[in-house]
Amino acid sequence: MQQEASVRGDQPSKATMEFRQGSAIRQLWETNLEVFQRDKMALFGLFIFAVFAIVAIFAPQIAPNDPLTPLKNNEGDWIKDAMPYWLAEAGEDEAEGYVNNFLLGTTNIGRDIYSQLIHGSRSALLVGFSAAAAVAVIGTVVGLLAGYYGGWVDAILMRAADVAFGIPFIPFIIVISAFLDPSIWNVVVAMAALLWRDTGRVIRSQVLVIKEQAFVSAARVSGASDLRIIFVYIAPSILPLSFLYGSFAIAWAILTEASVSFLGFSDPETISWGFMLQDAFNSLALSREAFYWIVPPGLCIMLTVMAGFFIGRGYEEVLFPRLRRM
Amino acid sequence: MSRGVAFYILGRFLQSVMVLWIIVTLLFLLFRLAPTNPLASYIDTTFTKQQEAALLARFGLDKPLGEQYIIYLVNLLKLDLGDTFSYSGKSVLDLLGADLPNTIYLTLTSLLLAYAVGVLGGIVMAAMRGSMVERVGTTFTLMTRAAPQFWVGMLLLTFFAFQWKLLPSSGIGPPMVRYRWETEWDKLMSPVFWRHMILPTFTLALYLHGLPLLLMRSNMLEVLDQDYVTMSRLAGYSEWRVMIQTAARNAMLPVLTALTLGIGYSIGGNVVIEHVFSWPGLGRTLVRAVQQADYPLAQGAFFLIAVIIVFMNFIADIMYSLLDPRVGASAQAQAS
Repeated sequence: MQQEASVRGDQPSKATMEFRQGSAIRQLWETNLEVFQRDKMALFGLFIFAVFAIVAIFAPQIAPNDPLTPLKNNEGDWIKDAMPYWLAEAGEDEAEGYVNNFLLGTTNIGRDIYSQLIHGSRSALLVGFSAAAAVAVIGTVVGLLAGYYGGWVDAILMRAADVAFGIPFIPFIIVISAFLDPSIWNVVVAMAALLWRDTGRVIRSQVLVIKEQAFVSAARVSGASDLRIIFVYIAPSILPLSFLYGSFAIAWAILTEASVSFLGFSDPETISWGFMLQDAFNSLALSREAFYWIVPPGLCIMLTVMAGFFIGRGYEEVLFPRLRRM
Repeated sequence: MSRGVAFYILGRFLQSVMVLWIIVTLLFLLFRLAPTNPLASYIDTTFTKQQEAALLARFGLDKPLGEQYIIYLVNLLKLDLGDTFSYSGKSVLDLLGADLPNTIYLTLTSLLLAYAVGVLGGIVMAAMRGSMVERVGTTFTLMTRAAPQFWVGMLLLTFFAFQWKLLPSSGIGPPMVRYRWETEWDKLMSPVFWRHMILPTFTLALYLHGLPLLLMRSNMLEVLDQDYVTMSRLAGYSEWRVMIQTAARNAMLPVLTALTLGIGYSIGGNVVIEHVFSWPGLGRTLVRAVQQADYPLAQGAFFLIAVIIVFMNFIADIMYSLLDPRVGASAQAQAS
């Protein structure tokens, strides 16, 4: 998977970032506010996440059935491959001894697809947000330390970034997932281990600019310690940049989790959209043209990934006004 | 080429070798310290202790870790990747050697298609900025980047292979034909092969075109702001000529770098596409090797992909420094 920012030419660092005046917390707040006020698409992205978050939290209440338990008809047989009620022929369900109230039909072993879709939002958001948080935090700290201290600290951290850039991402996750017990957290760990590299590099280059500014020398003269300068004076200025990369990381994490689950390296006890698609693929839903099974999980992945993109682009436009053009 | 640039290239090369060495070491540790016995899938419960020991000795797994590491490095330098556990003990290198061309054909064809469309699309989007076309176009491109590749592949398969039966659904050719291809050249000349390549190529290109398009668009917008573009406008050149000859040429550089990096990352990222279309490439072999706990094969595939990525990163760096005078200058300063 190609990283948006792994391509050097794509990095907004070329453009000069606008620095803001005023207290650290306030400028951070104002930037965030501006992103969502100015950019309607970013606001829309936030809305998508909010809707899916509500669905994820109340999944057991919303989903009509358990996502993993095969449903059975009157005779105790699995209700295999039932069509959605709005597609199925009338009377077919009665003849088979069940009531078809399945919005999206059932799988080849009689699991309710709609309930799986609802529960899938949990894995997506859980992985998306925790991986993004890990990537953003590690990348920010690496960027701050490398940029501020320079010298051997910088050399070691940036060579580590080079190594991270050289490790193939998806193969790495596959190998990690195969060695550890299957769990959705494997993706989070693997992403945290590799993807801090983009954020780290960009933040480092911004820190190089910021540390030459007057307010940093002023802080140093007034006797502030290095750590205080880094985390109290410099960090707030680059935090919006962490949010920018964090938003994109949410999108990549959701896509990556889906890919890994699709390849069959996820926990089969945890329903995710990628797992649903793997299930459909392996049980030949394609040749049966079971669109009601194939389309919905992909659409959900696409929507949540786009939400991450929209928010990331919103930050980009506010932080790098030169890129903004009507 | 000045001495500074030569030093810069040499420095970058040594750095790449170092990076590769560290990756190889991490790979070694990852596979050796794996919680499962690397021979677990190989050793039958009916094996006697002696048979087990003999087997461990055959794979060199009875030696201390340090010695194993040295043997491993020496073997890698000799390009000896060992023998597979599955596939009746065929050599890893032979197996991967057969996969690599398939992966390369798929990757390069998709990338070329994606970058041709992306660059042209980016120019058009920049020229039509603010219009409805641009808004719809960029939204569509964002959607292709957000849609999981395997899902797009599944949808295309459902339509083109299963519903309309226009294209084959998997592999590189029917088994009968495959045995008739004695050389790679025969394969490339075979219409059957290309028919099998259409769907995976299109799926991959659909995903890959987004990056060059968005990149080209934003570079164009940046370049169009420059004085020399305004100058050529004032000089009375047609808008088309300003766009293509003056602006696009200058906006291309980052796109070229992206393409170089893209080759490496795509080869590593094709895993999912190869899986969906059962394309016999590096990625599919890696997935299978991991599933079957065939550690030498998995390790070899991973190593090969990493080598390609590190090499392409190196090339991209060099290209960037040679083509962009500003980077070249700072590179020289860094190297000295």
